[in-house]
Amino acid sequence: MTKDRIDRRFAALKAEGRAAFVAYVMAGDPDAATALEIVRGLPAAGADIIELGFPFSDPMAEGPTIQRASQRALARKMTLNGTLDIVRAFREGDQDTPVILMGYLNPLVNRGFETFAKQAHDAGVDGLIVVDCPPEEADPLSDALEAEGLALIRLASPTTDDKRLPAVIRRTSGFVYYVSVAGVTGVKSADAADVAPAVERLRKASGLPVAVGFGIRTPEQAAAVARVADAAVVGSALVDEIESAAKLNENVTEKVLLKASELAKAVRSARVGTK
Amino acid sequence: MNAPSKPNDWSAYPDAKGRFGDYGGLYVAETLMPLVLELDRAYTEAKNDPSFQSELKGYLTHYVGRPSPLYFAERLSRHLGGAKIYFKREELNHTGAHKINNCMGQILLAQRMGKTRIIAETGAGQHGVASATVTARFGLPCVVYMGAVDVARQKPNVFRMNLLGAEVRPVTSGAATLKDAMNEAMRDWVTNVDDTYYMIGTAAGPHPYPAMVRDFQAVIGTETREQIQEMEGRLPDAVVACVGGGSNAIGMFHPFLADESVKIYGVEASGHGLETDKHAASLTGGRPGVLHGNKTYLLQDEDGQILDAHSISAGLDYPGIGPEHSFLHDIGRAQYLTCTDDEALKAFQLCAELEGIIPALESAHAIAKLPQLAREIGEGGVIVLCLSGRGDKDIFTVADALGRTI
Repeated sequence: MTKDRIDRRFAALKAEGRAAFVAYVMAGDPDAATALEIVRGLPAAGADIIELGFPFSDPMAEGPTIQRASQRALARKMTLNGTLDIVRAFREGDQDTPVILMGYLNPLVNRGFETFAKQAHDAGVDGLIVVDCPPEEADPLSDALEAEGLALIRLASPTTDDKRLPAVIRRTSGFVYYVSVAGVTGVKSADAADVAPAVERLRKASGLPVAVGFGIRTPEQAAAVARVADAAVVGSALVDEIESAAKLNENVTEKVLLKASELAKAVRSARVGTK
Repeated sequence: MNAPSKPNDWSAYPDAKGRFGDYGGLYVAETLMPLVLELDRAYTEAKNDPSFQSELKGYLTHYVGRPSPLYFAERLSRHLGGAKIYFKREELNHTGAHKINNCMGQILLAQRMGKTRIIAETGAGQHGVASATVTARFGLPCVVYMGAVDVARQKPNVFRMNLLGAEVRPVTSGAATLKDAMNEAMRDWVTNVDDTYYMIGTAAGPHPYPAMVRDFQAVIGTETREQIQEMEGRLPDAVVACVGGGSNAIGMFHPFLADESVKIYGVEASGHGLETDKHAASLTGGRPGVLHGNKTYLLQDEDGQILDAHSISAGLDYPGIGPEHSFLHDIGRAQYLTCTDDEALKAFQLCAELEGIIPALESAHAIAKLPQLAREIGEGGVIVLCLSGRGDKDIFTVADALGRTI
């Protein structure tokens, strides 16, 4: 299982001739039970892959939206174990949708990489994205994850030049995550015209599918990216829905899944007639 | 912990991967990786360029006011009744602290790299003031990130930075102190990768910052070595400095690492006490982890979340420490003591009354350990303390703590 689930999902989508819609939400936002409800609803809303954030006190690469989500989750005592519990509960009803955990290194250092990798595998996690773990520092984590069949998804960015590319894609598996803007999450907007050549370069160098994220907020942007990339990742726009629905005492799960389905629809219809 | 044996070539650290033993390294987002690698190349080149070094020396002499004096604190020594105490007078530097040594080096490097915008983080405001000073001197725009709590307790320094033309951006996330300011500076850097130079104020962060800041601050220890040999005809028995991130301390310590006869003491801030959750003693009360680009000792909870530090001194109010200190701690080359808020306040007053020097609250933490160290080293011995900054900025905090009004 595990990273095979990612490979199978991308192979199936390739056969369908469309890109994946990757939805990001934070474990424990607005609380553990609602986050689980949201994650359980995401596949039916059209999410092909789920990225589940695990909170960290100092999320240096996040914009204000996900910083606040992190703080909400920590205020509700969300932990690494709590995050794995959500994945385990989700897996009881879904054996096919890949789940990628996304966060920062220190909670994993604190747990110990080997212990964490075993626990993550047992819970049904398929891969990890660790923002502050560049390839230069990744070997110990890669060793632990690979031993459990989990993928360490590598990040590439607009500043990743040709000289650096081989280091970035070494030991990568699952897919490559292209951070489409130099900046934090949810602030700048990705430009599909700039994204296309970058995706092509990464695809060629890695032989893996390329997901694009960090600057996609609207269905239009998601569709534009889905035309050129293998996956479009949306995080902050979904987390904003959670925040505003919670503030207005609306049904949080309903609101965020509605938003997810709009984005999924845009991704699914992006390449119609262009294949 | 599996402590490595003491190395005999201290210049071998950090290694090519930016590591001091287990500590240091390069833990930043991919977007920043090419930038820190470029910085490493540019710094290595500058370090080996005699014209860079002579330009830096010129500014340190004529602008900063180096060398700073080494002063025999006679009355304090007599009062304590043990070893002779010397102060390395970093508080006499332009801007009133050791921070300018590093800023002068980094601004020359930033210019050499063609960067046109400077960002910095600050706790007490001393590094912010030093950054604003050198950016004014060289005509570059400067944005300083400062925790909103620190903005409130260090108003004179905020005003100084504004006078010098810097923009101070208060940071309200987290506990709104130094670590949050550093997060925000890194977010700015990752957003403005083309023109911006991040001037880190302490010997921490991703490689090459810990080594680079140490090198720029090592002028403190290098001068001390010469001065003490002139004044006492020998090396000191001990050197002591306060440690937050630890840049004044590593600057004092590094030139003495190979001298086995010289004992090395760092002093961490234990705030309300190590038994409480209100302290900033990362080595004594924390454990290794990864934050702000390096692996080092951190204050953290059982789930690896970083805890808010506390110290009466804004400059020591940080839950981490420079990675080289973590290394020196593990191998036992340096010993790290702790000092509470109350002890620091008493030392602050003692120094003012006996020596006519109002020390920074940060430096007062080191002064507070002198009675113990002077006794241990004993009569006939020599101790050098790094008086890292002046205390004018702290008079409001101290008045408040003593229940007086200004």
